[in-house]
Amino acid sequence: MSDARSEILARIARATSTGSPSSWEEIPRDYRQSSTASDRELVDLLTHRLHDYDAQVVEASSSDAATAVAAMLKAREVSRIVIPPGLQSSLLPPGFNFIEDTGLSHAELNQCEGILTECTLAIAETGTIVLQNVPGQGRRAATLVPDYHLCIVDAAKIVATVPEAIERLNPTAHLATTFISGPSATADIEMTRIKGVHGPRFLDVVLLLE
Amino acid sequence: MRISLFITCYNDTLFPDTGKAVVRVLERLGHTVVFPAGQTCCGQMHYNTGYQKEAMPLLERFVAQFRDADAVVVPSSSCVAMMKDHYPKMAEEIGRPDLIRDVAELLPKIFEFSELLTRRLGLDDVGAYYPHRVTYHASCHGLRNLNLGDGPLRLLKAVRGIDLVPIANVEQCCGFGGTFAVKNAEVSSAMLAEKTTAVLNTGAEACTACDNSCLMHIQGALHRQRTGVRTIHLAEILASTEEGRA
Amino acid sequence: MSLQPLDPRTAEIFPMAARHLLGDTQLRKNVRHATDVIQNKRRIVVDEMPDWQELRESGKRLREHTMQHLREYLEQFERNCTAAGGVVHWARDAAEARQIVVSLAKSAGAKEVIKIKSMTTEEIQLNPALAAAGIRPYETDLAELIIQLGHDQPSHIVVPALHKNRQQIREIFRREMNLPDLGPSPQDLADAARLFLREKFLTVPTAVSGANFLIAETGGVCVVESEGNGRMCLTLPDTLITIAGIDKVIPRYEDLGVLLQLLPRSATGERMNPYNSIWTGVHPGDGPKAFHVILMDNARTSILADAEGRQTLNCIRCGACQNACPVYRQTGGHAYGSVYAGPIGAILTPQLMQMEHAQSLPYASSLCGACYEVCPVKINIPEVLIHLRNKVVKEKSWADPEAIALKTVASIFRSERRFRAAQRLGRIAERPLVRKDGQGDGWISWLPGLLGGWTQVRDLQSMPKESFREWWEKRAETKGGSDV
Repeated sequence: MSDARSEILARIARATSTGSPSSWEEIPRDYRQSSTASDRELVDLLTHRLHDYDAQVVEASSSDAATAVAAMLKAREVSRIVIPPGLQSSLLPPGFNFIEDTGLSHAELNQCEGILTECTLAIAETGTIVLQNVPGQGRRAATLVPDYHLCIVDAAKIVATVPEAIERLNPTAHLATTFISGPSATADIEMTRIKGVHGPRFLDVVLLLE
Repeated sequence: MRISLFITCYNDTLFPDTGKAVVRVLERLGHTVVFPAGQTCCGQMHYNTGYQKEAMPLLERFVAQFRDADAVVVPSSSCVAMMKDHYPKMAEEIGRPDLIRDVAELLPKIFEFSELLTRRLGLDDVGAYYPHRVTYHASCHGLRNLNLGDGPLRLLKAVRGIDLVPIANVEQCCGFGGTFAVKNAEVSSAMLAEKTTAVLNTGAEACTACDNSCLMHIQGALHRQRTGVRTIHLAEILASTEEGRA
Repeated sequence: MSLQPLDPRTAEIFPMAARHLLGDTQLRKNVRHATDVIQNKRRIVVDEMPDWQELRESGKRLREHTMQHLREYLEQFERNCTAAGGVVHWARDAAEARQIVVSLAKSAGAKEVIKIKSMTTEEIQLNPALAAAGIRPYETDLAELIIQLGHDQPSHIVVPALHKNRQQIREIFRREMNLPDLGPSPQDLADAARLFLREKFLTVPTAVSGANFLIAETGGVCVVESEGNGRMCLTLPDTLITIAGIDKVIPRYEDLGVLLQLLPRSATGERMNPYNSIWTGVHPGDGPKAFHVILMDNARTSILADAEGRQTLNCIRCGACQNACPVYRQTGGHAYGSVYAGPIGAILTPQLMQMEHAQSLPYASSLCGACYEVCPVKINIPEVLIHLRNKVVKEKSWADPEAIALKTVASIFRSERRFRAAQRLGRIAERPLVRKDGQGDGWISWLPGLLGGWTQVRDLQSMPKESFREWWEKRAETKGGSDV
């Protein structure tokens, strides 16, 4: 679109004219791409990693998911909670003020105490939850501005390693995607990890088994 | 075995006792040591300081001197690292096919002294006796370029009478770095201060290593501060027996 | 503290800058502490990976492949990003990049911008340019905020304020945020930053970011961060301007499977950093309505053209080499006179700037190799340092004292006869400098000229009475034959 573009591309062409081309497929990939861990081992590993980040984890069956959600919200004393469009209504316990995110303003989001979402997948080895802009997970701002995030993780969505996660995400790579590994944190002051700077300071997980 | 000794320029000039110790250990083990008289320097100082052009003839000289050796022993891991890391590329640059071939054939036959004993000759115990408290400094080139691993420590552990004490932060550079020690003398000194503190904290009488270059640097500060702690090349410890020191 | 931006064109040469910083006890303690902590954390999470070396090899090969095919991947990124609603700009150098950012911010009507930590924006000194155009930049990363409020300069590519301890940070925040009662704990300080910036996040409509990865296959951009300030800047404003070196492109989405393992473990010693954001162009109803990405050369193509220097571009900016470097450990980052400090800075800066501005940096290393050992994409930093030293030497005049000395020594080594003569001559020449110590051993404690650096803190043992080769020859004679 401009002079700069063609000049830079020409410089690159000159600089790379002598090297020998290689194909992307030739790149060696001898690292672990999958794992033989059992479902139970994956749940335990994910739980352990989340605990490392100071997240609380409870296990529940899909029939008592709402009860588990209620217990978590109560323990955190959170009552005004954003929910993304398309969240399964079976996850919502009575007695809380759930506000559907139908385009809340930043200020309105800031007035909410928490956000409840599902997730696309979770990575056991790194304790990571991956969210995308799809029903039940919603847009990125909603999981960012409120101070508390409660995430429902279906155990069937747990993978062991990062490469497995990326492989599963590949078909939906065009969606806005956020990897969340624990609450917002920083180690900028004397390399001491402190929870909670700008993102949610508290993150909990309900693990749905079966 | 017939083993050719490349003493290195600085050991030849400043640390002949190390060379004598290498000869003594190898002869004690029943090997024959030969010393090609035309040898001088591997070219490391020039190459690493940016004087690649000046290092090229030194590579050619080295190869001419050692081409026919069965095995070459070098009591300096940084010189061996120089050869292994840079000689193939230098030979390519000079572009003589015979030189490229000679370098390729010669390199696998070159061993740092401890490496010769542990890897080529398969020995940990060379029958040494050294009744002193000693700490081992792992020089960077031995540690990272040659991957000497625990070879030098295994040799030291087998020494009779030795009180071997580990040093803190063994992987941290002493700050020598060849011309770095004079070009960045102040930073080099700060690094050296950490290293000498670590040496002194061990309570050792002597600090040993596979490189007299690091040791010259460490010794320089230990002596300046009159600490009474000395440095000694690994070969000299291994050459010592109940009958006497090398 | 340096009020001027770190600029290799005006910075002191490394040994002089280091000399000043070595006297700063507090700074040295802070740097030692921070690098010790981060290295230990890294070691733990790297050691638990059974396939770390395989990952490094893949990372290296992936980056090499990308550089060899940089043109097609950049074009692919441009195509896909544009198709997804992004606007791609190209900048040949820092000035052009600054001018694009400023004009985009102006046409968005910005009076203020919020910024994610970006070494690329530091490299091009964007903040002074924004300020000159009447646009106030707010750094939102905690460390960058500390630097900005403290009128300081970054000293590390991942943890830019690692040279400050909590008391020093508290003082800056008390003064600049007008919080006389601020507590001293890291939690207090982080809370203060949260309050200070909250309103800005919710209201400032323009953001500037860097990028960790540009994904050619999808046109997506990935930013890796910890605090959530990045997510705030990437999602809340109406306009997002991302500036990235052309080296930041990666071929395919799948490559994140390698890089998102190597980067966090190497950078902060975490299995995964708290947040990774991946977005592709503009997402309706989610995040900015306008997205611009500036692909900047700024000397990267000349690095690309240098076969031996090219691996420098493989860097993914994890900072592991800085934490492992025993030189950086002593001086901290400011001595390098550039926003890129430590081993990577010592090779990157001289190549980004013309060599004459950064002649001392390739020598700011003992070549210990610790940087190469920890590099997640296996950049052989010592090899590049030596290559750059060679470039420095080639530009030296024939009358340079070091060049004369080194060339003289080389000519000595080219002849056995001259070498022997020099050994003998050395023993004579050193005599006036040698003093006997209590043991009767000769030591030198003062040397002239270039060698004087040695005897600042070290003695030098005098030369032995005979060289090894003299001993060997005598021994051969007494044994009645020669071994040679």
